[in-house]
Amino acid sequence: MTVPISRKILFYILLMISALVIFAPVIMAFVMSFMDNKDIMTGSLPQTLSFDNYVKAFEKFPLLKYLFNSLVVALVITFGQLVLSSLAAYAFVFLEFKGRDFLFFLFIATMMVPFEASIIPNFHIIRDLGWIDKYLGLTVPFFAMAFGTFLLRQNYKQIPKELREASLIEGMGDFKFFLKVVLPVSKTSLVTLGAYGFLTSWNMYLWPLLSTTNDTVRTVQIGLKQLQNQEQLNDWGMIMAGAIIVIIPTLVLLFLGQKKLQKGLTEGAIK
Amino acid sequence: MGYIELMDISKSYNKQSNVLNGIDLNIEKGEFFVLVGPSGSGKSTLLRMIAGLEEISGGTLKINEKIVNHLPPKDRNLSMVFQNYALYPHLTVEQNILFGLNARKIDKQVQKKRLEETAKLMGLSDLLKRKPRELSGGQRQRVALARAVVSEAPLCLMDEPLSNLDAKLRANMRIEIRRLQKQLGLTMIYVTHDQVEAMTMGDRIMVLNDGVIQQVGEPITLYNKPSNLFVASFIGSPKMNLGKAVLTDDHLIIEEELKIPINSTQIETNIKNKNLIIGIRAENLPLGSNGEETYEIEVVNVEQLGNETLVSFEVGSELWTAKWLGQWLGKVGDKVPVHISIENIHFFDAHTGNLIQAASNTNKQEVVKI
Ligand SMILES: Nc1ncnc2c1ncn2[C@@H]1O[C@H](COP(=O)(O)OP(=O)(O)OP(=O)(O)O)[C@@H](O)[C@H]1O
Ligand SMILES: [Mg+2]
Repeated sequence: MTVPISRKILFYILLMISALVIFAPVIMAFVMSFMDNKDIMTGSLPQTLSFDNYVKAFEKFPLLKYLFNSLVVALVITFGQLVLSSLAAYAFVFLEFKGRDFLFFLFIATMMVPFEASIIPNFHIIRDLGWIDKYLGLTVPFFAMAFGTFLLRQNYKQIPKELREASLIEGMGDFKFFLKVVLPVSKTSLVTLGAYGFLTSWNMYLWPLLSTTNDTVRTVQIGLKQLQNQEQLNDWGMIMAGAIIVIIPTLVLLFLGQKKLQKGLTEGAIK
Repeated sequence: MGYIELMDISKSYNKQSNVLNGIDLNIEKGEFFVLVGPSGSGKSTLLRMIAGLEEISGGTLKINEKIVNHLPPKDRNLSMVFQNYALYPHLTVEQNILFGLNARKIDKQVQKKRLEETAKLMGLSDLLKRKPRELSGGQRQRVALARAVVSEAPLCLMDEPLSNLDAKLRANMRIEIRRLQKQLGLTMIYVTHDQVEAMTMGDRIMVLNDGVIQQVGEPITLYNKPSNLFVASFIGSPKMNLGKAVLTDDHLIIEEELKIPINSTQIETNIKNKNLIIGIRAENLPLGSNGEETYEIEVVNVEQLGNETLVSFEVGSELWTAKWLGQWLGKVGDKVPVHISIENIHFFDAHTGNLIQAASNTNKQEVVKI
């Protein structure tokens, strides 16, 4: 596609403006995290820039512990989701059983139930199992993921059924076929789904707040809130410093996985 | 006792209508057997039932004198080549070829030896490290064949393996597959919808239509003695010219237009006054010369093929084609004489479509010697 140069310039200006608007809060937070409190309150331009806020954030709160918790929780959830979704999707595509399609639509229908609606029963189950304040309670309820199953099913469906038949003639079982062929072939989608799952669980707020009561298992998002509540006057510089630390892993993941993510998301959509 | 025996095999997907009906068939060891038929006739279904990928709804399937109706595919000792080749996209050519051996846990040393032999045989030695997507269609086809060869299974099933290739490559691969099969002594069951492929490759051909066997036999038999109208028009290119006809005491009247005199010794008496359909091959309609029994026709189309010329003309409601050797330089609209001889005519029952009497002349047509 060829676009006249004047148009191109216009497009780029518009794009830059919208990028700036979208990014404004992040940029503000970034700048504020290096300013001292007086400057922030008076709204003046920064006189000095320093890392004081970062140091303070790490000193006053177990930020590293929070980060570690978040990492563990996000990784476990991602892993669990990948395992369950890919196995479920395999069953929905390659195994034939009665009522398969019906079951699948039922599965998909659960996507319409918002998490908030199931939060109370979930909480009861976790409590009865004694999983409050445990990594188990933080992660297990998110393992079953209708969206992931859906995405992978669409992906698997594009695998020609002749591949399965060829492996049948060689006497390959379902699980081996899954490991040796299906997973490698749908690598892109798995990465996409993994990144998506990681980001969502990293940013989780409500559930960790409910299912934890102390700092040893709390995730970084709750920690952020903690930064705010502890003092009478909010130390905005420090809060922003905390926020910047929290978004760093997300950004890293996005930059690294951008290409794959895009490819994976559209791949599912094409067919 | 054949190597593969099908006894009254039938298949239905929905328990109501049958896709295949009463298939009785014997395939010998080392035979190149071709299944041919139009799209949707059930060829793939039959092949997949032999492979064990599709359940058999009725009848008995025997391989090597053992009933295998419920034997899983891996125990049937066969290899299969699919239309889309079914190569694993994430594996290299080498890994693709060895995939089955790996799955069967065959000794690494043996694997290596077989890989080398097969790669050499198929001319793939330089491509072993490539991925399927980096190969041309013909090369992919070769990899798929190599996978069948390397398994050393005595029975090989192929489902339209050449239909994704261009015409020239297809002609090459036809010869290559045929040679390979003879060289390795494989029993081959080969599915195609292309009658040229069927004619040129098969030791025997089975013509299938709507899930029913129309005829089984050697290519030449199918060509010379098609057992019904379907086979007659399916086998041969251009297709056999057909026309409604009635037989009177001393004439055969085709499409109420052509009147061919007969003497009664040429025709079995029991077909007189019946409704008939007659068929005559394009090469049996030569340009007439004076003094012979000829019929004036008006040319409606001329196709020059270089070494021969196809000339179309109307007979009643039918469009007939004549094939003349050499280059004929006539034009559309020309009126030319054609020779029609009664010995070249096949007679079919108009009602059932079955052959009543085959042309008596076909065997005389030998290749011209110089
Ligand atoms: N899985 C299936 N479920 C239901 N019907 C099927 C299934 N597979 C094939 N059929 C039907 O069975 C009939 C024969 O199909 P088959 O694939 O054997 O045809 P074919 O002769 O191989 O045709 P083609 O030359 O197009 O490959 C068709 O009418 C088809 O619609
Ligand atoms: Mg088919």
